[in-house]
Amino acid sequence: MSRRLLVVACAAIYLFLMLPLMVVFPISLSSAPYMQFPPPGLSWQWYDRFFDDPQWLDATWRSLYIGSATAGLALALGVPLSFSLVRGRFAGRALLDRLALAPVIVPTIVLSVSVYGLFAKLKLIGAWYGLVVAHTVLALPFVVLVMGAGLRDFDRSLEQAAEGLGASRWRTLRRVTLPLLRPSLVSAGLLAFISSFDELVVALFLAGPNMTLPKKMFDNILMEIDPTIAAVSVMQILLVVLVLVLIGRFGRGLGGANMSGSAR
Amino acid sequence: MKTPGIFPAVPALVLLFAFFLFPVVRMLGYSVDAGSFEWYAKALGEGLYLGVFWNTFQIALLVTLICLLLGYPVGFLIATTTPGWAVLGFIFVLLPLWTSVLVRTYAWMVLLGRNGVFNRWLIDSGIISDPLPLLHNVTGVLIGMVHVLLPYMVLPIYGAVRRLDPALVAAAEGLGASDWRIFWRIYLPLTANGIFAGSVLVFVLSLGFFITPALLGGGRVIMIAVLIEQEVRQTLNWPFAAALSAVLLAATLAVYALAQRFTQSEART
Repeated sequence: MSRRLLVVACAAIYLFLMLPLMVVFPISLSSAPYMQFPPPGLSWQWYDRFFDDPQWLDATWRSLYIGSATAGLALALGVPLSFSLVRGRFAGRALLDRLALAPVIVPTIVLSVSVYGLFAKLKLIGAWYGLVVAHTVLALPFVVLVMGAGLRDFDRSLEQAAEGLGASRWRTLRRVTLPLLRPSLVSAGLLAFISSFDELVVALFLAGPNMTLPKKMFDNILMEIDPTIAAVSVMQILLVVLVLVLIGRFGRGLGGANMSGSAR
Repeated sequence: MKTPGIFPAVPALVLLFAFFLFPVVRMLGYSVDAGSFEWYAKALGEGLYLGVFWNTFQIALLVTLICLLLGYPVGFLIATTTPGWAVLGFIFVLLPLWTSVLVRTYAWMVLLGRNGVFNRWLIDSGIISDPLPLLHNVTGVLIGMVHVLLPYMVLPIYGAVRRLDPALVAAAEGLGASDWRIFWRIYLPLTANGIFAGSVLVFVLSLGFFITPALLGGGRVIMIAVLIEQEVRQTLNWPFAAALSAVLLAATLAVYALAQRFTQSEART
């Protein structure tokens, strides 16, 4: 009896969670010239408008390459960092662990304003690589969490076997360790990409005149509620579904560590 | 394989020092420019700004409570259902979590606006005659923030319920306890750590929230992060923005430190 009550309550809560994701689909296909619900008819006009507008395309393209560069840099720095944190034995390791996770604890607005102050001095406002560096700081904790979990579950006797058979340290790393960690690498990379691709607050301060996709969306939402945003939203939701499917298929579980999204 | 030392961590460390620690410390330095604390006096002394802090605190507390009320049943259900349903339950928590906050905020504007989906529906079905004010006020901000933060409450509660020994529940059932009694006497006290972890996380994230109050508050709900953004980008008052940031950062770290102490003393007893 009370179980049924629980299921009904949860169904309502899930409706609340999914409603905003579902409502953008019909609006993006609306044939009305402005926001109207339910849409009077179907059309692709808002998608056409997106793909015909060089500003939208430019912002999307910029976000894609900034996200990819962030994922690359976050992996390049975060994977060795995770090896140190999980396997290393040195003084100050606990402190280093905290430092690596600190960017998720410090409010994003504080980080954004701080880096903005520094980059204004260094004339880095508007530079795409400046944004990549700032996004990498934010993405690093995800990489450390996901890679850390992967490394802790790692069966080290496989490495010992490789070395016992005469493989060099480098060869063991390349042929045994990293291939076995591939699911974690895939998850970490995709999470780093999405965290940058969706990031608004840092971009608001650092992107200068160069729009990223979230910044362009923010400006558009402030100006007018134009259904083009709905079309962009649908494409973003589909991208997230794709990433989650890829993580489910090639990555390492959807458990605990992966779940701290880009909330602020 | 030899254990790695600190060397593989050095490139990441350089990045964190140069583009995280250094800029934050540098900015906080502006707040005590010329050795005076006048900007802190302004932030914490003037009614207008104190009001913003108080607002932020109240909203964060309310969001935490609502998330707890909505998050517990969902976390509980996922933890106690069959594996197949649990996967489905997880997917529908993760999908919104990983969807851009902007997309979700935009969707809430469409749903809650004066001519939005809810008001249209309520008016067309004759339940109300004038649109309800759901947007550009605290109601809108609360709805949007709860939506963004709910997954952060569900996940730790799910973990806590999973860790609970099912034999305890079976024993209570065998002794004839009602469902409610089992919930109050077994589930609730034994999942308190999950409730606590989720609440701390949601509360701290709420304190620094920017996007949702900026868009759904319509300029009428000023939270601390919104104020900082205005001071930097519109007023260009760096020292004051730095003082506000310092207070926000201190509050965030204090909540974390308190939470950690609490969990540690809990673990010892």
